[in-house]
Amino acid sequence: MFDLDRWREIFQSINKNKLRSVMSGFTVAFAILLFTLLFGIVSGLKNTFEGAFVDDAVNSMIVRVWKTTKPFKGLQSGRRIQLKNPDYDYLADKYDSKIDLMTARIFKNFSISYENKQDNYSVTAVHPDHQFLEKTIIDEGRYINQLDINESSKVIVIGRLIKADLFGEKPALGKRVNVGGISYKVIGVFSDDGGDNEERIAYIPVTTSQKLYGNNEYLNQIRIGYNQDLNLDEAIAFGNLIERDMKSKLDIHPDDQSALSVRNMAEGRKGVDDFMIALFFIVVFIGSGTLIAGIIGISNIMIFVIKERTKEFGIRKALGAKPSSIVGMVVQESVLITTIAGYLGLTLGTYILSLIGNSLERDYFIKDPSVSQGLVIGATFVLIISGLIAALVPARKASQIKPVVALRAD
Amino acid sequence: MIRIKNLHKSYPIGKDSLHVLKGIDLHIKEGEFVSIMGSSGSGKSTLLNIVGLLDEHDEGEYYLNGQEIKNLNEKKGAVLRNKFLGFVFQSFNLISYKTALENVSLPLYYKGVSRKERQKIALDYLDKVGLKDWASHLPNELSGGQKQRVAIARALVTQPKVVLADEPTGALDSTTTDSVMDLLKDINNEGMTVFVITHEEEVADQTKRIVRLKDGIITSDTINVQRKPVKTV
Repeated sequence: MFDLDRWREIFQSINKNKLRSVMSGFTVAFAILLFTLLFGIVSGLKNTFEGAFVDDAVNSMIVRVWKTTKPFKGLQSGRRIQLKNPDYDYLADKYDSKIDLMTARIFKNFSISYENKQDNYSVTAVHPDHQFLEKTIIDEGRYINQLDINESSKVIVIGRLIKADLFGEKPALGKRVNVGGISYKVIGVFSDDGGDNEERIAYIPVTTSQKLYGNNEYLNQIRIGYNQDLNLDEAIAFGNLIERDMKSKLDIHPDDQSALSVRNMAEGRKGVDDFMIALFFIVVFIGSGTLIAGIIGISNIMIFVIKERTKEFGIRKALGAKPSSIVGMVVQESVLITTIAGYLGLTLGTYILSLIGNSLERDYFIKDPSVSQGLVIGATFVLIISGLIAALVPARKASQIKPVVALRAD
Repeated sequence: MIRIKNLHKSYPIGKDSLHVLKGIDLHIKEGEFVSIMGSSGSGKSTLLNIVGLLDEHDEGEYYLNGQEIKNLNEKKGAVLRNKFLGFVFQSFNLISYKTALENVSLPLYYKGVSRKERQKIALDYLDKVGLKDWASHLPNELSGGQKQRVAIARALVTQPKVVLADEPTGALDSTTTDSVMDLLKDINNEGMTVFVITHEEEVADQTKRIVRLKDGIITSDTINVQRKPVKTV
């Protein structure tokens, strides 16, 4: 219920006891300020870690091969391992239920030319799923599709910077470029968040590469996007399974990491997740400690304030004030101060975060530090409740003191 | 108006208890001007506190305006005080951060009177005690006599049945004492029951009935016939 007279009483009381009000407000505001800054910076730290994974799909793993370093089953060390189409098909068939996306990769380097301009670029032969595993962003046209694979089409998707190099402002789509002496049709232009180097690449279909350059079934890497339903532990286990399976299929010693390895994003992801969980608990501990310190601060002040006002309450009661009116007055005053101070602390904290956000990102790898709306509302709510309790307990006690005793107080 | 039968009150002091009032019988009718005389420790303040519902009695009966006072909680006590009683204290007990006008209108706030009405009535009563021009002053800007007059206006503002004054002149010099007593006499002449506690003979002399208290017992209860005449110039 809105009681204008009650509010007048409260504002008068706050106004006449400025130091006291400012002190209790300061305690709360400072606690909330620290709380906001702490959570903001930690969330910035979290953003940084998550940003590190933004370039590639988080659920991906790469099967890579090189040379054996251990003899196995009568085979000498130093044997060169080569992935081939049957390996790709084997994995695709056997683990179909756990695989969402899959692509092979063949790395080439070609001179690409258009009209009188030419330069050397990395050309990667891929399957259509590569687009999602690499998080390639199509700016114009389209990516390699299954039809291109089936027909071994001579089509090419070029990076934004290749387009800039060779075509400038002119349109590239549908034009023919010369790739290592063979004419390809440009079907798409892409960009990538991974940086300039990843935009200076061209993609062609796997089958085209195999047919035109060596006429073999060789593959350099197999990249797999595991099913999103797998949790991190299951994903890591799946990566290990593939590694063991491929090693036995290709007659590689189980401990030979050089000959074949699976680089699983889930492993790095797990490390970061564990770290973030630990950090979260530390922050919750410190953050709630800060809040509790603020709450204890205002409780102390309220106890003192109420003690100081005991005589005044006695006078008011002698004049006909009911205990509830005294409790209500004190509680309302306390809640008002905590709410306003809490809001100030919060606003100041958010403002400081936005102010230092840029320099933090530049100098300390803390990206976009901010606090979530839910956290803000939660903290404010906690404060209002604690302001209420901090005042309610001593005020009820004071309101029950017999007027004759209260009047004697100084 | 006030009827007390065999009233006892004791305070615990450590293990023992101090028996302050040892069976008081007192009947004060409407319109009386009574003073309770006694030295310190006689129990007179305790009696006033019980009559004023600021404290509770242990034994005996107390009727205020025909209503028996028994097992009052703080809420009921507050309502009765607001309705029937007005207080004047030795140390004034004005709220320091409120102006004279706000102090006087406070009982009306607890009575539930609207703000506008409160200010009007409070100003009338300030006028009555001669302090209309001081309405916006804080208590520490007023002299002792002025403070007590503000307190009297505050005691009267709800038109109570009884005004209880606990050593109302205890903190005042003789000139202001006279002006405060004159004010109380005026109130009584208008029909208000006035109940004064004092240890000063000169103050008691100006009331119509003097009750003497010693060691918690009433020793004498006399009608004061030789009232000092109201000062005339």
